[in-house]
Amino acid sequence: MTVLDIITYPDARLKQVAEEVTSFDSKLAEFIQNLEETMAAGPAGVGIAATQVGVMQRIVIVDVSNYPKIKKAKHHGHLILVNPEIIDWQGMKKGREGCMSVPDFTGNVIRAENIVLKALDENGNEHQYEMEGFEARAVQHEIDHLDGLLFLDRLVSRRNDLFTRNNYK
Amino acid sequence: MSNEEPNWYMVTLIGKDRPGIVSHVTAALYEGGGNLGETSMMRLGGNFSIMMMVEFSGRKKELHDVLCSVTDSMGLHLHIDKIDAKLHAHRIPDVRVSVYGADRAGIVSKVTTTLAEAGLNILDLESDVAGGKDKPLYIMHIEGEASEGVKALESALQIVKEEDGVDAELVEIDTLIG
Repeated sequence: MTVLDIITYPDARLKQVAEEVTSFDSKLAEFIQNLEETMAAGPAGVGIAATQVGVMQRIVIVDVSNYPKIKKAKHHGHLILVNPEIIDWQGMKKGREGCMSVPDFTGNVIRAENIVLKALDENGNEHQYEMEGFEARAVQHEIDHLDGLLFLDRLVSRRNDLFTRNNYK
Repeated sequence: MSNEEPNWYMVTLIGKDRPGIVSHVTAALYEGGGNLGETSMMRLGGNFSIMMMVEFSGRKKELHDVLCSVTDSMGLHLHIDKIDAKLHAHRIPDVRVSVYGADRAGIVSKVTTTLAEAGLNILDLESDVAGGKDKPLYIMHIEGEASEGVKALESALQIVKEEDGVDAELVEIDTLIG
């Protein structure tokens, strides 16, 4: 297994849209293992997207179970999400985010509070998850990477936490 | 990048607000060889205030010379301090405290003193006066570190609410690193 290099902005790959995964072979399994290692080696990250290691495929790993304040909250633990898609969402909440690809900066971002997520696992089997709060936020942050978006694209002003017009991506 | 430690100054500018202050000041700095770090710039009560970290290889007097013609022409007070500073060393707040209430003398002092005694280290505070002239309203947002835990701050805030009749809320900030 290998710890992969995390690419950081302004690397142009962070602004690219990743491709759907179509073959669930040993190559994919190996990549997912390396991605796991990379996330584990990172600074307390709760998620990682393939984009962050420069692989333009729609794969993310999310695991909020080790986040100190989250233990009592509802979550799904360790998740490998392939071709993830948010099929429903509800509620909006501001929260603070940072990113391994944008070191030494955190800012406020508005995300959906509850989401319904459809995704394949590493073997290509489809699952559906209902998520809330911190876990839902983590998934939205990671899926944004697959669409070439950083949390910097969604920052709200410290002073005025308002929605900007015509910016519902 | 050179191996030498950068030479940082804190430049403070204050004056009556008018269009073009930021662009003129930053252009003069850029042309004079200054490099900006973290800054805070805002309009307060019809005045414009700027605080900015400026990396500049020369002396304080030379930086003053770079800026004084533009600050004089725009009616800005200029103050420069040589500072010991570092970039890339942000601290992440873990609590946000919002306080609001009918405006009267001493709110900020009372709230911040009580919270400081309970371990709050303020990283960022902004406050404003809203409402009408006859019924002013004070609104304050603080982000900081709860060095003695959130419970201590919650208890302190409860005292402030009861004794001072303000509305206040403390929210823990969970920072997601993804």
